[in-house]
Amino acid sequence: MRRVGIVAVAQTDHARHRDDATAAELLYPVVKEAVAASGLSRHEIDYTCAASSDFLEGRPFSFGFALDAAGAVPPIEESHIEGDGAWAAYDAWVRIQAGLADSALVVAWGKSSEGSLPHVLNATLDPFWESPLGLDAVALAALQAQALGLPDEQLHAIVARNRAAARANPHAQITAEPDPASPFIVEPFRREHLPPISDGACALVMAAEEVLARLDAPVAWIGAAAHASDAASISARDLTLASSARAAIAAADPDRDWRMLDVAEVMAPFPHQEPMLLEAFSINVGAVNPSGGALAANPIMATGLVRLAEAALQVTGTAGLRQVPGARRGLAHATAGHCLQSNIVFLLEGTP
Amino acid sequence: MRPVAVLGVGQTDHASARTDVSLPGLIRDAIDRALLDAALEHDDIDAVILGTAPDFFEGVMLPEWWLAGALGGIGKPVLRVHTMGSVGGATAITAAAHVGSGLFERVLAVGFEKHSESQALWGLTPRNPFGRTFGAGAGAAFAPICRAYMQRHSAPAEIGPRVAVKARANALRNPHAHLRLDLTLDEVLASPMLWDPIRRLESCPQSDGAVAMIFGAETHARAGAAWVRGVSTMAEALSYPGRDVLRAPSGVECARRAYAQAGITPADLDVAEIYEPFSWIEVLLYELLGFCEPGEGWRMFDHGDTDLGGRLPVNPSGGVLSTNPIGASGMLRMAEAALQVMARAGERQVDGARTALGHAYGGTLSYHACMVLSKEKP
Repeated sequence: MRRVGIVAVAQTDHARHRDDATAAELLYPVVKEAVAASGLSRHEIDYTCAASSDFLEGRPFSFGFALDAAGAVPPIEESHIEGDGAWAAYDAWVRIQAGLADSALVVAWGKSSEGSLPHVLNATLDPFWESPLGLDAVALAALQAQALGLPDEQLHAIVARNRAAARANPHAQITAEPDPASPFIVEPFRREHLPPISDGACALVMAAEEVLARLDAPVAWIGAAAHASDAASISARDLTLASSARAAIAAADPDRDWRMLDVAEVMAPFPHQEPMLLEAFSINVGAVNPSGGALAANPIMATGLVRLAEAALQVTGTAGLRQVPGARRGLAHATAGHCLQSNIVFLLEGTP
Repeated sequence: MRPVAVLGVGQTDHASARTDVSLPGLIRDAIDRALLDAALEHDDIDAVILGTAPDFFEGVMLPEWWLAGALGGIGKPVLRVHTMGSVGGATAITAAAHVGSGLFERVLAVGFEKHSESQALWGLTPRNPFGRTFGAGAGAAFAPICRAYMQRHSAPAEIGPRVAVKARANALRNPHAHLRLDLTLDEVLASPMLWDPIRRLESCPQSDGAVAMIFGAETHARAGAAWVRGVSTMAEALSYPGRDVLRAPSGVECARRAYAQAGITPADLDVAEIYEPFSWIEVLLYELLGFCEPGEGWRMFDHGDTDLGGRLPVNPSGGVLSTNPIGASGMLRMAEAALQVMARAGERQVDGARTALGHAYGGTLSYHACMVLSKEKP
């Protein structure tokens, strides 16, 4: 396997409404920042993989308009993942492993403010039996949280810890102490225990060892990466298990060399999912979500790539005020589908 | 990239409306055929790569979540690709790269569309952030390109209609094809003008259909396998000052890279399966893909070079003009190219085909995917 590492990351300040920017305008500054920080010129980067969702933006081929921001004149070797950018990072890593590229730019963006998110996410469900019930992501996650049965105080403590951590993250959207008595939206979730709806974008540059050797920058080496999917229907799986997260970590780390970690950035937009994932990964970890995680900013389709970017910052000791002291080994995770249907993990080790 | 072989190919019978199967059933049909072809079971597959055109077609957002079971993807990596019309081609290339990386042994690529459950004009019409909504579908986007081609290269008006006749005649040899029409030139000329210069019979249909390909490492390849020799997926901005769409640089460069990886020139190709949703686009693509010099595409066709039995037969399957389940159309090009070099293309076989090109494009010739397949192992 080729040694591949992340050499530069950038993200927007995530916000509820970015009415000032189209998707391309959200993306352009982060592409520019990540490429500049990498030490490579735009056209020295061999491959580009983008990630987004047409439904989220309310128009087909929405990613085509972002090619302007990604820098596609002259043409670029490129692909696009419909979904979260963490999977685009995986695709780029595979292309580099295959020797089809030595370096890659990965970009992801989400503008949830373009539509009504509960209605948009309802459209992911089985169109005959589930979608007509009016379920949305929050209601489905609540069913999972009920199956898990964590007490109200524990859910609150998880949210409060993430929001407190987010105060050290200049990109975070919600940092206020949650009200433990805010009204229930869907039991067991209180209003202030839900993830924010966010607009945002993220970009990162990864490259093979030969390329990184001539760049003078800290590197977050990708020790392993793997993902797995589960069935869609919540009636077809044990909601308390996160089986595909277990399959992903087993594929990434079959010998369990990555049990002891300094930091983990897990995508847990709903508070009960954080302990579920940590149990599924069976890791001993120093700090969880020093960025504040998806509970502090959730630009879906970029949320997972932000986790990878945040973990890369941590293991290279470049996370600023939110730095976990001495962090060198970490895990980044993203999820897709409802109730942790599909999960991806990256295991990172930094050289400062 | 380590050597990658095509282990199996499966496609549905394509039609206007496959009311006999659900969307998951349609996909499963193609996958089952590919597994049967490769003599493999679902348990043998390490990862699934899905490609489909805009989610707005079937109205299900990120349908790979819903379809994880139908894809045989439970407990496995499922990755979803979307690169506009080139998506089927890009999906096949992504799957080949997964095997080529050494991380996976056997990877399933799937493309589908069930147009009968969708509204393509709406599904293909972007709502632009600036300017007016373009509510005219794909034909209206390509008519000016066809017109520009005719004018710049002084191409006779009958070339386009004759391309349509060739495609449908070839499709008569393909049992899976959607439109299997024994057409005369007069019938094409008499069909209604939809987007001048594109007539109804010079347009692709909307089809229900799916295709699956299984890529595998050398140890799993059987005698007579098709080998992946060169791959590229290129994109360029949708519009920019000075863009010459008739020489779309993403297409020229995509083909150049695939040939270079394969160590061939276009003259070494024995057969090509290219993405021609409208008649005139076929001759334009001959030029982009390096089959001939700029401006010579229509002459190459006129001389019969790309007929079955010609110097470089193009689209012996009948192409996109005969079968167009959009998310699958690009992968059908790669699958048909693989069948040709495996000498398993039945009545549409090009005798002695050893090297083939599969090509797909998307947007206004803004996304391209090229795969060179060969009888010879790299």
